Amino acid sequence: METLDFRFDSKPAGSAAAPALCGVVGSGNLEILIRTGDDPAACRLSIKTSARGFADTWRAVLGDFAATHAAGGTTIAINDMGATPAVVTLRLAQALAEYRGGQL
Amino acid sequence: MNAPLSRQWDTLRQSRNRRLERAASLGFGREIPVDRTIDLLEAVIQPGDRVCLEGNNQKQADFLAESLADCDPARLHHLSLVQSVLALPSHVDLFERGLANRLDFSFSGPQGARVAKLVQEQRIEIGAIHTYLELFGRYFLDLTPSVALIAAQAADAAGNLYLGPNTEDTPAIVEATAFKGGIVIAQVNERLEKLPRVDVPADWVDFTVLAPKPNYIEPLFTRDPAQITEVQVLMAMMAIKGIYAEYGVKRLNHGIGFDTAAIELLLPTYAADLGLKGKIATHWALNPHPTLIPAIESGFVESVHCFGSEVGMDNYVAARSDVFFIGADGSMRSNRAFSQTAGLYACDMFIGSTLQMDLAGNSSTATLGRITGFGGAPNMGSDPHGRRHASPAWLKAGREAYGPNATRGRKLVVQMVETFREHMAPVFVEELDAWQLQKVMGADLPPIMIYGDDVSHIVTEEGIANLLLCRSPEEREQAIRGVAGFTPVGRARDIRAVENLRDRGVIRRAEDLGIDPRQASRDLLAARSVKDLVRWSGGLYAPPSRFRNW
Repeated sequence: METLDFRFDSKPAGSAAAPALCGVVGSGNLEILIRTGDDPAACRLSIKTSARGFADTWRAVLGDFAATHAAGGTTIAINDMGATPAVVTLRLAQALAEYRGGQL
Repeated sequence: MNAPLSRQWDTLRQSRNRRLERAASLGFGREIPVDRTIDLLEAVIQPGDRVCLEGNNQKQADFLAESLADCDPARLHHLSLVQSVLALPSHVDLFERGLANRLDFSFSGPQGARVAKLVQEQRIEIGAIHTYLELFGRYFLDLTPSVALIAAQAADAAGNLYLGPNTEDTPAIVEATAFKGGIVIAQVNERLEKLPRVDVPADWVDFTVLAPKPNYIEPLFTRDPAQITEVQVLMAMMAIKGIYAEYGVKRLNHGIGFDTAAIELLLPTYAADLGLKGKIATHWALNPHPTLIPAIESGFVESVHCFGSEVGMDNYVAARSDVFFIGADGSMRSNRAFSQTAGLYACDMFIGSTLQMDLAGNSSTATLGRITGFGGAPNMGSDPHGRRHASPAWLKAGREAYGPNATRGRKLVVQMVETFREHMAPVFVEELDAWQLQKVMGADLPPIMIYGDDVSHIVTEEGIANLLLCRSPEEREQAIRGVAGFTPVGRARDIRAVENLRDRGVIRRAEDLGIDPRQASRDLLAARSVKDLVRWSGGLYAPPSRFRNW
């Protein structure tokens, strides 16, 4: 198990009524919880992953997500069981859309 | 002037007669007792013969293969094998036991590692790796078999053969052998007084043997919908909207992976919602994929011609004779040679997966330590320069590739891959393993499955790259990097060049296609399990036991 923490600048996501939960903790999959954070211009992410040694890939995937989506003002917790970048990217997009109540 | 050549012109016939006389002198008639199979093979096969041992990715003349492997290497040696697929342990035994030393083939999936080892030990000489159609072509040119060992469903007393729905390669093999002085020996599953139909006439067949058990058939094209992921659903949505609908692709072939199985299962749901029924995917060169059942039942599919059959699909296929090619007897006749021809000349699109792709778009399923070959993919996944008839999809692709005044169309050749395989192995690489494999094999060329210049589109979870619109090798490289995700190749992209390609529509992301990632859910699949497929088929599909988990 490895724990990773990141903070990226991101356009404000706007306020949401409730946290959003997406995905499941299963092999090749991950669980994402998005809650309101305290800095409206930044996205904070905390990852617990079963696959060690991929910090650099996580930084690239999550940095790309924060740059291409309005995810500012959120705190995102991820429980990962070896999901590929494809799965991580899809789940993040799904979770953020859910959090923002349908706006992409 | 030279005198006319003095030679005999019927040495093949004389050789054939000597072989038949040897068999007759040992008391063999046309029906061979199962316990004397090895005696027969040793009587009619000679050292140095070219032997076609029928075996492809589906049906196998497994009993004859085992019998040949049990022959005495002192009597039978230096055999040269020609066959579609080297799949059974007995096929490799032939080389390990010193009966055979040369191989021309198309695919060696499960035996790929053993073949690679034998090549390294120089105990097997590989003539070439072919596509199926290419190998069949050579059966009629310079690789005509002296002896063909084939598999049939049934024989009658006269020796006529019924091949059944798994007709597959047999007609091509038998025709090449029987008309060039060769010997044809068939293993059959049953002897019948009257056959449902005659697939091979008795005078093309020399001997039949009732095998101790029915010939093996691999359910290679059965994909359990339960294993389709949401990333595959997302990629399938992009392919349907960005390629099938965009080009109006009606005539096509699908590869065997889960990526294309996902597309098949989205036709009755997502594609139907987009109003595409009747406008895409109506005519197929395809094995009877169980995952195509929902699309057939929804009226999406008009016609399917099959390379072979698929375990458990025979009753369903027989009950849908408007769609499949069914004889007056009520069972399907498949034909690998004709279906491959359809895939080459009559399809507007091939879409399939691969294990590795380089920056020129070359792809390969050959990885180090395994010599697997590529079956039919290079044939269907290539743009045939001999095609002359037009279709909207072919013309549109041609104009994209060659400009508005193009005098030819272009086949769509689509490679659909997730950027990482299992264990985070990147699909996109700077150099294919095929180059190292070439050195190990001592081959003339690296085993590339689909050449980059034949590929028109690449679909990954990151989007679609349209290589037809690229105007230089540099653009092509950036288009590939631009959908290569977070692989090292993808991360080394020129971000500005990629954004420029996106502005020009060379690269299209899910959002560019108006696809909501939340819709990429397994709920969108018309069937989510094998049991769902059985239900869609009205109980006609009988999946093999290993796919029954209820």
